[in-house]
Amino acid sequence: MSLKNNLHNLKEKYKGKKMAPAFNAIHTFLYAPNETTHSGSHVRAVDDLKRTMNTVIMALVPVLIFGIFNAGYQHYAAVDAANGVVRQASLFGNFLTWENFIMGAWTVLPLVIVSYAVGLAVEFLFAVIKGHEVEEGYLVTGMLVPLIVPIDTPLWMLAVAVVFGVVIGKEVFGGTGMNILNPALTIRAFLFFAYPTWMSGDKVWVHQAVDLAGGPDAISGETILGYLAQGKGAEMSYSVADMFFGFIPGSVGETSTILILLGGLFLIYSKIASWRIMLSAVLGALVMGLIFNGVVDAGWITETSKFYGLMSFAFWQHLIVGGLAFGIVYMATDPVTGAQTNKGKWFYGFFIGFISVLIRVFNPAYPEGVFLAILLMNVFAPTIDHYVVRGNINKRLKRAKNATILPRDGEGKAQELKAETV
Amino acid sequence: MSKDIRIKKGLNINLIGDAEKTTSKAVLSNVYAINLQDFHGITPKLIVKQGAEVKAGEPLFYNKNVEDMLFVSPVSGELIEVVRGARRRILTLKILADKSQEFVSHAPLSPKSAKAEEVKALLLKSGCWPFIKQRPYDIIANPSVTPKSIFISAYVTSPMAADLDYALKGKENEIQAAITALGKLTPGKVHVSIGKGGQSIFSKMEGAEIHKVSGPHPAGLVGTQINKIDPINKGEVVWTIAAQDLVIIGELLLTGRYNPERVVALVGSSVKTPKYYTTKIGSEIATFLYASGVNTENFRVINGDVLTGSKTKPDGYLGYYNNTVSVIPEGDDYEFFGWNKPVFNKISSTRALTFSWLQPNKKYDLDTNTNGEHRAFVVTGLYEEVFPMDIYPLQLLKACMVKDLDEMEQLGLYEVAPEDFSLTEFICISKQPHQQIIREGLDLLYKEIG
Repeated sequence: MSLKNNLHNLKEKYKGKKMAPAFNAIHTFLYAPNETTHSGSHVRAVDDLKRTMNTVIMALVPVLIFGIFNAGYQHYAAVDAANGVVRQASLFGNFLTWENFIMGAWTVLPLVIVSYAVGLAVEFLFAVIKGHEVEEGYLVTGMLVPLIVPIDTPLWMLAVAVVFGVVIGKEVFGGTGMNILNPALTIRAFLFFAYPTWMSGDKVWVHQAVDLAGGPDAISGETILGYLAQGKGAEMSYSVADMFFGFIPGSVGETSTILILLGGLFLIYSKIASWRIMLSAVLGALVMGLIFNGVVDAGWITETSKFYGLMSFAFWQHLIVGGLAFGIVYMATDPVTGAQTNKGKWFYGFFIGFISVLIRVFNPAYPEGVFLAILLMNVFAPTIDHYVVRGNINKRLKRAKNATILPRDGEGKAQELKAETV
Repeated sequence: MSKDIRIKKGLNINLIGDAEKTTSKAVLSNVYAINLQDFHGITPKLIVKQGAEVKAGEPLFYNKNVEDMLFVSPVSGELIEVVRGARRRILTLKILADKSQEFVSHAPLSPKSAKAEEVKALLLKSGCWPFIKQRPYDIIANPSVTPKSIFISAYVTSPMAADLDYALKGKENEIQAAITALGKLTPGKVHVSIGKGGQSIFSKMEGAEIHKVSGPHPAGLVGTQINKIDPINKGEVVWTIAAQDLVIIGELLLTGRYNPERVVALVGSSVKTPKYYTTKIGSEIATFLYASGVNTENFRVINGDVLTGSKTKPDGYLGYYNNTVSVIPEGDDYEFFGWNKPVFNKISSTRALTFSWLQPNKKYDLDTNTNGEHRAFVVTGLYEEVFPMDIYPLQLLKACMVKDLDEMEQLGLYEVAPEDFSLTEFICISKQPHQQIIREGLDLLYKEIG
């Protein structure tokens, strides 16, 4: 009780001061505020933005934990592979081990800490400068960022990218709720284009692969999309189960399709994320994949084509490799940057899935088409909404045009009145 | 002819403190008050001076823009105080009631044979006109405009609101008289909506089109019904009247007297014995509040229901349009980890560790805490689940916030009143003041376009 009272007194003391938003951000983290309704409804539902964001984070935690184990696992697997030992992934046998966890935690947790520390510092700074409360948007962004970068991304690079993403991607538009582009993807895009050598290739997906390159202990870990893009699909030793469960190299959080699927179901069940976007994005990806498969089946391109590897990849497997599933569940559903009308969400999601696979196949330089597709659709989301809302407006205009006030049957009085007063 | 309207989108807010179906006569109030905030957009001009003696039904002031529109005293007595606010704006008129009541008498009017102009003139001079509201703008109807139709909702879905079938029992004659007379004022229809299934005293009314409505709140709000029955187009005007006010209009027509007596439901979890009271418009709320008793020190008294009412105090006065007084606990306390722990005792529209969806019929004891801080709009798609009108709520709110007149018009601001956004406000994750945004939008549109 005394902590509550002390904090209350501090809050009253610093009310209106410059640092009040920073204090309040921490205060409201501990205690839901004592604010009461002033206008309109006197009672309010329990949900607030903190709870909403927290729900998304909960859906991300399993993915993060898996990512930690997988970071360790892929490292040791690559070391084994360099020594000529082929590993068979087994969840309890060689995956959930202390060794993997310690190695993974040692590499992944610094990414999480840097992402949150830098991002929140920028948020607090802007809140204090602009005198508004610290909004919760970064709670999710900060968790997403470490999950979508390669494991060995240097921390300074991440810090620079986070500053760029939060300031240019969000704050210049007016902060949480006002941004056009998904901040986490803005950060990812910044990294990708500013430091391309660190963001793609066959060395970045496994811990220490870059450090050891060229030496006697050199290890590598190409992603499945990387193999396919180079037409080396046959050299891959990953089974469909590996892809689905996530025992494959890739960005920290994107590999385990099953956990992403469960996270997505949790978000749909809790009504936090839009099932319309998720479903239509999956459909979009399947449609594009089917088209490519059809092209291969029709014999329009041959094995010599550089697109053959990815085009012939079974259409549904696109969903379980790379960042597509992760992007669909956690990034495309961002309500601020996505389409905001229910009808618009169908189009928005569909095109994300569709364009993701399109970029993935046609541009081997960017095997990760997902983040580009989502950013592209972020830009188009207001346009989609515009046309959906236009539909409603036109309906209303049409209704107004056809409107006639019907005179009441058998009563001349009413019409008389109309004539007098109108 | 009867049509069924089924509303699917919405949310029933079940709260502890429904009124028990017994009615007592409230103690007579010493002082009655007319609160001018009840009449949105009216510029009052006082007719009587402070200290003057008035009869019940005698005009106190008129509307500067429509001089025929009179506002009358609920009782006979002395105008003891004119409470003024900033820039000498009149806030409240207080009348000390006499021991014996004298009424202003008008000639009764037979609703069936009366002419439209006679009905209109009587309503205006008797002080009953302000009961008639118009859309667009949700203000007191402009008597010089003929409405396309008139809507009355006799279906109640608002949380803890007075049960009309109980509260208006025995007033069938008055209601019928009012409906017949109002029917003269429009070339269109008088639409009355009743709940499907239950027995309603409105189901037998003649001269009205009866609609049977079913579904969760806001199915009972007249705006929802208008949107489903005959939506308002640009340029059109419809009138709405609260069902309980038909009784006062009807009595005026039949007896020639303005008698602002009303059965009011005193509800809410802070009331010891929530029940109905017979009282008058402008009575001090304490005259019946303490007869039922309160069970906490820290409570809020609301003129109206918890979603649309206005905050008042125990020594406040019953509002002009209210037939419900809600008393709920204030929520001015902190809650440890209130934002992330599982919640079982509050209502939620999501399932984010909130479990109100498990028991849709459970009754809750909600307080006035906002359960979070004001934020920018972030989440989308939730308002649509509780907003049954064919309107995009988020887009309309945003249009109002940026004062885009064209967009406000096109997106259907003409069709809505602030109360239609009470439920989206209730579930709003960003805790935005929806009703205030819509009210300001309507005021702006009225000022700019009229």
